[in-house]
Order: sequence, then C-alpha cells, then structure tokens
Amino acid sequence: MPKSDGRLEQLFEKGHFVVTGELGPPKSVDVDLVKEKAGHLLGCVDAVNITDNQTAIVRMSSFATALLVQGQGLEPVMQITCRDRNRIAIQSDVIGAAAHGIHNILCLTGDHQCFGNHPTSKNVYDIDSIQLIAMIKAMRDEGVFACGEEIRVSKKADVKPPQVFIGAAANPFGDPFEFRVIRLAKKVAAGANFIQTQCIYDMERFAEWMKQVRNRGLHEKVKIIAGVTPLKSVGMAKYMRDSVAGMMVPDSYIDRLNKAENAAEEGIAICIEQMQQLCEIEGVAGIHLMAIEWEHKVKGIVEKAGLLPRPTI
Amino acid sequence: MITAERKPFDTVYEFARRHKKVLVLGCGTCVTVCMAGGKKEAEILTSQLTLKARQDGVDLEVEEHTIERQCDREFFDEATQRKIKDADAVISLACGVGVQFCIEVLPDAIVYPGVDTKFYGATIEQGLWSERCGGCGNCVLEQFGGLCPVARCSKSLLNGPCGGSSDGKCEVNSDIDCIWQLIYDRMKKLGRLDELEQNQPAKDWTTGRDGGPRRILREDVTLEANP
Amino acid sequence: MTEPVTTNEPNIIALCCHYCAFTAADLAGTMRLQYPPNIRIVRLPCTGRVDVNMMLQAFVEGADGVMVAGCEVGSCHFIKGNIRAAKRVAYAKKLLAETGINPERLEMFHIAASQGPLFAETATAFTEKIKQLMSQSTTEAPKTPVVAER
Ligand code: SF4
Ligand code: SF4
Repeated sequence: MPKSDGRLEQLFEKGHFVVTGELGPPKSVDVDLVKEKAGHLLGCVDAVNITDNQTAIVRMSSFATALLVQGQGLEPVMQITCRDRNRIAIQSDVIGAAAHGIHNILCLTGDHQCFGNHPTSKNVYDIDSIQLIAMIKAMRDEGVFACGEEIRVSKKADVKPPQVFIGAAANPFGDPFEFRVIRLAKKVAAGANFIQTQCIYDMERFAEWMKQVRNRGLHEKVKIIAGVTPLKSVGMAKYMRDSVAGMMVPDSYIDRLNKAENAAEEGIAICIEQMQQLCEIEGVAGIHLMAIEWEHKVKGIVEKAGLLPRPTI
Repeated sequence: MITAERKPFDTVYEFARRHKKVLVLGCGTCVTVCMAGGKKEAEILTSQLTLKARQDGVDLEVEEHTIERQCDREFFDEATQRKIKDADAVISLACGVGVQFCIEVLPDAIVYPGVDTKFYGATIEQGLWSERCGGCGNCVLEQFGGLCPVARCSKSLLNGPCGGSSDGKCEVNSDIDCIWQLIYDRMKKLGRLDELEQNQPAKDWTTGRDGGPRRILREDVTLEANP
Repeated sequence: MTEPVTTNEPNIIALCCHYCAFTAADLAGTMRLQYPPNIRIVRLPCTGRVDVNMMLQAFVEGADGVMVAGCEVGSCHFIKGNIRAAKRVAYAKKLLAETGINPERLEMFHIAASQGPLFAETATAFTEKIKQLMSQSTTEAPKTPVVAER
C-alpha cells in the first residue's frame, strides 16, 4: 500500500532514478520570488525541498512556501526541524500539511539557533529527528498521536491519519564517521522512506560510506538520494570547507576552480561530473541538487547530466 | 555543585547605592568552590563597594559576612539575622536559591543577587568549570556510558550526533566537546555500541522544568505533617 | 605608631617578600640610599601571600598607591608565589578600575635581595608616579586620612 499519493513515492515504486531540488523560502512576503524560483525548477526536478528556516534565519514558513510551490505544479518536500517546535506544534503541522495534499515531509534536527539571526532565542528540541520520524510514522501507519491517542475527532468517527512519505537526512561526512551509518540505520528503523544526504564533495568518503550502507543492506530498505551543490566560486568552496560544520571540500576541486577562467562554469562542470559518478554507485536512487540561489542554472545542469526529461506518471 | 559568576560590578553597585547600609552576604558552599561568592569574594566586593562609593562621594556603609550555606535555615544564626536586620539591604553572593531563601528566612529583608547563577557543573581545573547535568529529573546516564546528552549536547539529542559534529567538537562552538563523540568513544570502549543502535523514544520532560516548578517531599524524613 | 599620617605626601604601601624586596629595602637603608619616607613596608613570607583583597583593603584604608614587590621570575623561594601574585595583581587592577580608581596606582615589581639601589629607584619612581596621578586626578575624590597601623 502506498504511503502517500505523491509523485516522488510513485517514481521510486516504478524504479526511476529521481532528481530532487531545493528552494529556500524568502525572508519576506515575496510571493513572486517563490513563483519565479519554482518556475526555474518545474519540469527539471521531481520534487523540491522547502527548507524550514534554514541556518536558523527567519523566513516564510516551509508549510506556506510548500503550498505556493504546489500551486505552481511542483511537488514539495516540506522540511520540519526540531529546533523551533515541540511535538504538539509539529503534529499539528503534519496533519495540516497532509490536509493540503503535501505528500512528502523531511525530518531534520535543525541547525542550532546560534547560527542564525535570532541567536538570543530559546530552542525547543523536545524530540530529535529520529523521534520525529518515528512519530510521523506512527501517525500515518497506526493512526495515533505521540501520546497514543487515535487520530480521529470522536470515538465514533473514522481514524483519518496523515498520508505522507517520510524523508530524513544523512551526513556521511560528520563525525564520528563510524557512527554515521549507525545513525542511518536508526533512521530507517524509525521509519524513514527516503534519505537525502548532505552535499557531497569528498567522493571517496561517500563511496566508503555507501559500502557500509550496502553491507547493512540499508539501500534495500530506504531510497538514498545523493546530495550535490554546485560550487559558484573559490570563495564559496573555501567557505564550505572551513566554516560549514561537517563539510569536506577536497583541494583538487579548489585547484580546478582557481585555475579556471570562469569559476562558475567550472563549478557546474564539477557538479555534472559528480552527478554522473553518483549515478554509477550501487544503492544511489537519485540526486538531490541543492543549487542555492542558483535555481536558474538547474535546468542546464540536469540536462547536461543526462537526466532530462523527467519521467511522467 | 551549582556554579555562578560574579555579576558586573556596576550592576551590583547600582543595587547598593540605593541604600545607606549594605551587608554583603557570602555563602560557604558551592559558590565558594567556584570562587564566585565565598568569604573571599564577599570581602573583595565589600572593598570594591567601599572604594567606589568613596570615589563618588556616596554615603554608603558596607559590611561583610559569610555563612556556611544560604539554602538552609539553620545557618541563619542569630548573629547573621541581626546583621541582616541591621542593614538596609543585603547583597547575597549565594546562587539564586540562596538569594530567595534569604528572603524566606527574613521576609522583611531586601536582598539583591550579587552573582549570576550558571549551571550544575564540575571543577575541571582551577579556574575552569563545566556543565554536567541539567536536572532533568529522570537520570538516563546509565544508557549513555555515564555521559549526559540532555545537558551536554547543545540540542539534547538522545539518538546520536547531529550532522554538525566535527573532529569531536560541537557545531555550536569549537570550545565545546561534542558529547556524542565522547558517548560513542566510551560505549565503544565498553563494548556496548549495540545499545546505541537502539532507538530512544521521545523523553518525558515532565520530570524536568517542563513539568512546572518542582519539589521533593519525603514523608519518611519530614519532622511534622507537611502543609 | 598610632598617629594618623596627615602629610600631603602620598601614602604608599609596599607589600614585600621577605626573601627579596624586603631584604633589598633593608640593604637600601644600610647603604644610606634615599627613598621616600612615606612608603610603608609590609613584610610577607612571599608575594604568594598577597591575596586580592589585601591589595583592595590597602586602598580602603586610605593608601594612594600599592606596590607589590617580589622575587625575579624563576627565583621564588616557593617556586611560583611571585607568578601567582602577578596574576592577582592584574585581577585586582581590573577590580580597581571598576571602582573608578586608576589601576596604575597598583603595580607589581620584581626586585632581588641584592638590588638595594633598584629598590630605592623603584620606590622613588613609583612615589613620583602616584604624586602625578594625584595631581591629575579630578575624578578621584580625596582619600580619608589613613590610620597607619591598627
Ligand atoms: S540525564 Fe538528567 S539527571 Fe542525569 S545527568 Fe543528564 S540532565 Fe542530569
Ligand atoms: S555537534 Fe554534538 S553536541 Fe553539538 S548539537 Fe550536535 S550532537 Fe549535540
């Protein structure tokens, strides 16, 4: 029985190699910007992640942005972090999202608020990402809330649970390295249906991690979507390497960007190569292309990587 | 122990100058050990207040006195109570508990906090204290090799490190050890990694602050029927 | 001595280590070297004995300047007493500044037992410095008269 009525799940069911994108909500009520970004992604990706106040900077909510994106004919993956909401607020959002036909939810711990524009705020972290996955799974499959109560309006009414496809993130580059695959196994055990990874630059380490994943047979239980982000400049590459916790950018890429006449073009070329390499790795079921503030480049990248046109259902 | 840090002097001086006669009341227990509010610190603050008031030409008399603990009624002996009553106000160098309890013992006293109370921690070395417990009211240390993810993980994660753990340090600040790295290392050493593979359910936070202000009542040791 | 000091000369307290600066002061006397008479020497077993409030208390009691004089680095009789004292002096300076007292009124010096002349020089220079600070100082209110010993 399908978990959701979503396109993403169906594509996996039919054995397609999927492409997902990412759309960062605006820091204002700029609806046109959301529509413009969605326009760039339409037809190029199978679903698009809508981030939840990423890096703890206040933005249009992922729920509201997901609805706008959906209105543009694009399937959203609504992200939920544990930083800002407790189990009460999150469950209410899950039901609300399902009511609006949002089919995919990605469960995240969330960046600490010290990174964002409200470092003086209080965080929540009532539950962690694994408990979040388990909670949504129980809502969907058992029709119960985290407290055990059934999801229905009265004893006589039908149980009406949210039908959503549950995603989670994995960072193969965080420490301790050996715990990373354990953590993936825990997410799978909790009920994750698909996994999107942190953006990959260190292919060797990713391949090593995938080997551990296959050894545990996890790739057969969950769809693993490999994350990539095109490097726009040498500065960005160095920033990713030095300032983003748990991110490794090999010097060979930085050299290439340095030597290139047009660093941006070179960054895209690197990204396309990576996508092609990732397609070859056993157990990789798709690409998650995070072109941050570069949505208009997505079409070209996906096309050159040989992943266009996207399948229809 | 409960740790604390001295409040900025200007703040404390502003408290003091509202009055003519002030008692600086040190506490001989936790805040003595963490060098924030013991006898020595009480003496120092007394000197500072005296000097500053003199500089400013403010008429202020400052006395200093330290008792064993400000969170126990029995240490507020007669001499102490007299000193408190004789003063117009008290600057308590005890933790927030002591400040409040001082008022409970002597409801007419005006008591100001002289330190900022921080956390339950240990002395790592002289001059360095570090948080160890968050008082969650339902200790789960046993499951994590004796290391607390509730208080020592910046996100209180119970199922392993977030993606930000890097080189043993927390994403929040490279001065903070990622407790999940330490938990992993220790459980590995103990041969108990399989336990970390079990998913921990959502924690019941009602035993902690989230259940509202707490109290402990032990009928077996109370002296008379409790209200 | 019980009379209050009533001169306009600064009152300076010198917290001196018995093994070095105190002996140097003694030597300066024997050598008949001139140094200001208004310096009151407190003999300590080691500058490691100096605690923060000892310095602050000196000012409370009316000192205009406090010098802490210990052994040269590396020659403390108790290994690290002088180094610890230096750290406390730095901290006490911060506390003094918070109360509006110029932290330069407190200073740490290192003087070996044989350096009688250095002691005299240092004492003279420090006294001059304090005099200068006192004449400049408009914000610092006059001190209450000091009772030299009690
Ligand atoms: S589990 Fe709770 S009680 Fe135990 S150390 Fe951590 S915060 Fe303290
Ligand atoms: S880096 Fe480690 S300590 Fe910091 S929030 Fe993540 S898991 Fe917790």
